[in-house]
Amino acid sequence: MSGTFLGMPALPAYGHGNLNATEPFPKAAHRELGNAQLRANLGHATHTIRDKRLKVVAELPDWEDMRDSGSAIKNATMAQLPALLEQFEANFTARGGTIHWARDAQEANEIVTSLVRATGETEVVKVKSMATQEIGLNEYLEDQGIAAFETDLAELIVQLDHDKPSHILVPAIHKNRSQIREIFLREMEDVDPALTDEPARLAEAARRHLRKKFLTAKVAVSGANFGLADTGTLTVVESEGNGRMCLTLPDTLITVMGIEKLLPSWSDLEVFMQLLPRSSTGERMNPYTSLWTGVTPGDGPQNVHLVLLDNGRTAALADEMGRTALNCIRCSACMNVCPVYERTGGHAYGSTYPGPIGAILSPLMTGIKSEKNNSLPYASSLCGACFDACPVKINIPEILVHLRGEDVDSRRATIKVPTQMDLMMKGAEWAFSDGAHLGLLEKGLPLGRLAAGRDKVIKKLPGLAGKWTRSRDLPAPPGQSFRQWWARDHKAPDGVVPGTGTTNGTGTGSPTESEGGQA
Amino acid sequence: MSAREDILNRIGAALRDAPAVPDIPRNYRRVSAMTAEQRLEQLVDRLVDYKASVFVVPAAEAAGKLAELLAGTASVVVPHGLPQEWLSALPPAGTDDAGSPAVAVDSPQRRLTVAELDAVDAVVTAAAVAVSETGTIMLDGSPSQGRRIISLVPDRHVCVLRAADIVEVLPEAVARLEATAPQTWISGPSATSDIELERVEGVHGPRTLDVLILQ
Amino acid sequence: MKIALFATCIVDAMYPRTARATVAILERLGHEVVFPPGQACCGQMHVNSGYFKEALPVVANHVRAFDTDDYDVAVAPSGSCVASVKHQHELVARRCGDAALEARAAVVGAKTYELSQLLTDVLGVTDAARQLGSHFPHKVTYHPSCHGMRLLKLGDRQLKLLASVAGIELVELPEADQCCGFGGTFSLKNADVSGAMLEDKAANICGTGAELCTGGDASCLMHIGGGLSRQGSKVGTLHFAEILASTLDNPVPVAGDVQLAGGRR
Repeated sequence: MSGTFLGMPALPAYGHGNLNATEPFPKAAHRELGNAQLRANLGHATHTIRDKRLKVVAELPDWEDMRDSGSAIKNATMAQLPALLEQFEANFTARGGTIHWARDAQEANEIVTSLVRATGETEVVKVKSMATQEIGLNEYLEDQGIAAFETDLAELIVQLDHDKPSHILVPAIHKNRSQIREIFLREMEDVDPALTDEPARLAEAARRHLRKKFLTAKVAVSGANFGLADTGTLTVVESEGNGRMCLTLPDTLITVMGIEKLLPSWSDLEVFMQLLPRSSTGERMNPYTSLWTGVTPGDGPQNVHLVLLDNGRTAALADEMGRTALNCIRCSACMNVCPVYERTGGHAYGSTYPGPIGAILSPLMTGIKSEKNNSLPYASSLCGACFDACPVKINIPEILVHLRGEDVDSRRATIKVPTQMDLMMKGAEWAFSDGAHLGLLEKGLPLGRLAAGRDKVIKKLPGLAGKWTRSRDLPAPPGQSFRQWWARDHKAPDGVVPGTGTTNGTGTGSPTESEGGQA
Repeated sequence: MSAREDILNRIGAALRDAPAVPDIPRNYRRVSAMTAEQRLEQLVDRLVDYKASVFVVPAAEAAGKLAELLAGTASVVVPHGLPQEWLSALPPAGTDDAGSPAVAVDSPQRRLTVAELDAVDAVVTAAAVAVSETGTIMLDGSPSQGRRIISLVPDRHVCVLRAADIVEVLPEAVARLEATAPQTWISGPSATSDIELERVEGVHGPRTLDVLILQ
Repeated sequence: MKIALFATCIVDAMYPRTARATVAILERLGHEVVFPPGQACCGQMHVNSGYFKEALPVVANHVRAFDTDDYDVAVAPSGSCVASVKHQHELVARRCGDAALEARAAVVGAKTYELSQLLTDVLGVTDAARQLGSHFPHKVTYHPSCHGMRLLKLGDRQLKLLASVAGIELVELPEADQCCGFGGTFSLKNADVSGAMLEDKAANICGTGAELCTGGDASCLMHIGGGLSRQGSKVGTLHFAEILASTLDNPVPVAGDVQLAGGRR
């Protein structure tokens, strides 16, 4: 679409920043799968969290009712987004807050930088935020001579290790306790050399390390979990108290929030604050939730800003089949239950948003043709565990399939030479679009049987199918297909008495008389 | 075109198919089905699960119990609107009674600095409402609860809650809270699950949470 | 009742015994089975691979074959293919702008059942030993395939039917609800991840000490069996329809001349 004439926005306006797979997912996955330590760490962590989530979800008799409400509230939000944004803006502004709008990552980074500059400070403390991760704010600020200190324990671990987050809730999920201890000993200047790998001791080390930072910080940068349109209220959900420190102590608070994070009404929080903690950390409630509306005189920051971020969200919204991906509340339940994520970890997805939700959100925000994002929708066996776990009922498998369709169509339009997969699909279209075609092909089954040889298994296939035989055998095909048996040998039953063993043996009693069993 | 206009236009174009605004089903529980007794019992159970210490006493014994809890604490900060009678069993300020805390009052006239708060051992606040099902205590910044900072910086938070302010489910609490008040919802002492997803208590927020429930 | 069998492409071509077992079960219950000859495939492989354009004629063929009044209900021995018929066909038609096909697909979808659904919900089978004469004296573990479990919400229908078979010893499969890693072309496009998932599934199966693993989807069983076979395991796979069809007089052999996936050395 090239709607660049006046008054019409160029749609879709795709997002930029840390939203891309930079190498094809299968390639990245291959590398990550080779890391036995990573797989052990992830397996342990995801199984722990799965059990916790199931336990607290089972406690509530109305969990499904709440999911229905959550899903409907988010759909209603998206359908009325412009009006809700304007309402939020009016309420937040009326109470002394300042709103900024950012079309993309670059613009958001520039806004935050200029706000920090205006305070004269060169350091900021940060509350864990996916939005600022997405736009690469820390790196941008660093280039501008402003140091950003992550204060969430997992973010701190990742930052100290010069690593990248691999999970949206627990960015250091790929590290185990002894690895974390090593990072602290190596990177924390003031650390006790006798530090053990006990989680409580590690948490204490983080407290000591950051305490002075919190007490002297003048500027904080945060994300937000929810924005309530009818009151102009912002919400941050956290556990450690680092959020409260950042949201309460500094003079200046700059929050970066995606435009999709709104809820229409204050009372909608009663649904989402039940859905979110149970889905994410598997707790009945997270230790701390902070809520603020603009500026409260005498309490907390007096210089309060909010940057409303698009960066590809409107592009996702424009996709009628995919827009519900924006309903995501970043709980991470989908990645915790995903068998693919469990084995590859978050880095394999490249984008800030890993796992099942990332596999749809990233290409929706950037467009399917951005870098290697077209490989992400295939990073799923479509087992559906993510859909079941999603607190706002995003049908992730259906959107994955939709995006695969977008990918196939986009490649069809540009690539002239068909791939092996294209040819296979074309062939299968012919075979499967007419029973007679399939019947004809089935006449060739004995050939496959011949190829399988005496062992009756096929151990090596050529081309694309060779990927199958890399770790699996294929059984020899049967001597005749069901279709052939039905036409030649099936006879109508003649009153078999169940269980008495008096079958007439002419086709109804046993399916086992000739070869070609389940394999 | 401003970024604001541009983004609003983009959204308008993205919604060109004019998706319907669905009716919101609200079939989840919005009122309590429990007795006051059951709610109290549930709240205590949840708070203990979060590793908070919980004490339930008749309202008349509030001052005595607080004095007992604060014995041996060197210094305490309280918000200016904390009911006076709760502190009445503490020796009056200025008496140099060994074992009783120095009480600092944070008020709009005299706001304690961050450094002063960091030097204080404990904070005593009231609470606006509590949710028994989730073990959550809500503070709303009213004079009996004070500024958000005072219940954050000291390492121990003693929170006094009236049993009548315990509701069962979150919607009941949300209905009682003023959205625009600066709020902190507290469910146990600070904690983290960032290491191997195992919860450990005690990070940046108060590492000790004592809840005194008045019947 | 007149029941139309949708054999599914993989069972028709690779596992005819599963379809024959399905016929046997239904006929033992006194029902008439018909086989609409135009049928081929549900089209799921195309859809799930993003080839909607190629899927359309496949979906249209299925609807053509089954959109008749010539039968009461349709049945397939596959949760995945039934889920495709019930949930994907309308979607494909809509995406390709074929409103007439969409409407007909909805009619076909509504009268199509997965085998355990049909047996339990419609035909009232609660005791396979008594009602079907099912007899299968073997140690068996059960993998509930994802689409049956999550898209059709089959719950414990298959497991309950299996538990009512005479002589069977059912052992619980740890992490049973975890995907085996098949996922259609996922097993080719992301062969490494798929293989890693399969490895864990196979290890869980072998750990049960069962002689074989049963389930309701031939494709998943082919995947699992192929992995077990490659690892040299003697544990085989068998569709639950064949276990239900097995009787004292006509037992399904578990070793010997009839080959089971992975059961071959």
